[in-house]
Amino acid sequence: MLELRNVSFAVNDTEEKEIVRNLSLTVESGKFVVITGPNGGGKSTLAKLIAGIEKPTEGQIFLDGEDITGLSVTERAKLGIGYAFQQPVKFKGIRVFDLLKIASGQAISVNEACVYLSEVGLCAKDYIEREVNASLSGGELKRIEIATVLARKTKLSVFDEPEAGIDLWSFQNLVRIFEKLQKETQDSSILVISHQERILEIADEIIVLSGGTVEQMGTRDEILPKILGTEAAASSCARLSDRRD
Amino acid sequence: MLQMDEIQKRLLSEVSGLHDVPTGAYNLRANGVSAGRQSTANIEIESKKDVSGLEIAVKDGTKNESIHIPVVLSQSGMSETVYNDFHVGADCDVLIIAGCGIDNCGSQNSEHDGIHRFWIGKNSKVKYVEKHYGSGDGSGKRILNPVTEVYMEDGSSMEMEMVQIKGVDSTDRRTKAELGADCHLVVRERLMTHGVQEAISVYEVNLNRDGSSADIVSRGVARDRSYQKLDLKIVGNAVCSGHTECDSIIMDEGRILAVPSLEANSVEAALIHEAAIGKIAGEQLTKLMTLGLTQAEGEEQIINGFLR
Repeated sequence: MLELRNVSFAVNDTEEKEIVRNLSLTVESGKFVVITGPNGGGKSTLAKLIAGIEKPTEGQIFLDGEDITGLSVTERAKLGIGYAFQQPVKFKGIRVFDLLKIASGQAISVNEACVYLSEVGLCAKDYIEREVNASLSGGELKRIEIATVLARKTKLSVFDEPEAGIDLWSFQNLVRIFEKLQKETQDSSILVISHQERILEIADEIIVLSGGTVEQMGTRDEILPKILGTEAAASSCARLSDRRD
Repeated sequence: MLQMDEIQKRLLSEVSGLHDVPTGAYNLRANGVSAGRQSTANIEIESKKDVSGLEIAVKDGTKNESIHIPVVLSQSGMSETVYNDFHVGADCDVLIIAGCGIDNCGSQNSEHDGIHRFWIGKNSKVKYVEKHYGSGDGSGKRILNPVTEVYMEDGSSMEMEMVQIKGVDSTDRRTKAELGADCHLVVRERLMTHGVQEAISVYEVNLNRDGSSADIVSRGVARDRSYQKLDLKIVGNAVCSGHTECDSIIMDEGRILAVPSLEANSVEAALIHEAAIGKIAGEQLTKLMTLGLTQAEGEEQIINGFLR
């Protein structure tokens, strides 16, 4: 179980700006929680605060009752927090297989690594030896990013806009991945940042974040009808037409 | 096995991957003397008459054969200059593995300067692998100053893999190539320096005839207080294409000077250079840390990948 207690995060550019304000929320074990809300509402910052990439200026974060506020990214990863970047990182010389091996934390075989690639819809033999660099497309990098989180088998997996850059066919695949991930790891929780109606539809709980704090929070049936058609829950077509404007 | 002590065997394994007598032609040099040699029907290895070194002749049409010429130095204070000449005939396809390992436990400097010259015949293909490695905790320096010269006849190609990853205190590498018509040269250099080491690597590649091309990529990592100077020059004298790339990671108080240069003496010469120096990207480290690696483990993975 993940718990955030009165968490704030401020940055100091020319003047102090609070990106997350006095935010409290709980992600119960075994739950699939989707965080949505307008752009600039603090969603990605919240994901980074959970992974330890940013440290809160105030408040505390607990994982299974343990205060992890002061722990590093590595320590949190070892305690069981997985984090899929919104913008996947590119390397020089590190292969897809290397990354999956590091993620799984053990000397896995090529065959085992291939299973994770197949799950994200990539033909394993074409990718396993490829370098994780700019020769891969944005969509391919994104799927490999998701595969690295699958390989970790963590108790809490955080995905920051996993659907960004992925086409509609694999979008369906993505929904299936989340369902499978939950089934396979007992009591594991998934926290996804997304505006996508189709991801919101499979959530147990939905949190609407706006202005750096929780605007609404509740079960899918409570929240989804209230936000449908707004920026917080756009259908794929609506989002595409937004982009054309 | 050849007559070598444990240190020499370890050095040999580091620079050539050999644990025993290689198959094919070879010459093993240990502490300044030949510790074993074998010629084959197509490849003849002989000692030079006037200076220290080898004359290696590869007959026309020799295919899929290899030549190993590793050098190991385990005696402190040893200093040598060796001249190895390779005469590769026409229509050959051979693999040449050189390399030098120095172990210096003493207080005097140990130095090996290998001057390698290659004459590559028409339509031949040569792959050349050269690894340099140093070990030993004496105060004496381990110094390697290799010179490589390549003369390529029409239609030939050469691929060079130059690696110096560990333990060499000072190196000044000079590589020069002259390419004929339709010749192709590919160089992959990897350098890592640490402590207060210094490495200088200078290339001059002349694309002299139509259809020649060169692709030279040097990747370096300078750690601690070490220094690297990379000077890659391509001269285009005909209808040709050339590309150089210096890509470096700088760490701690390391310093790197990259001097890529191009000279076009023909309007048909298409030449490109790229150079980049930077520290390890923060987001790469962060990604590996989210996978459970510590910062130091993450850095190691990034450098290993970069120098692969």
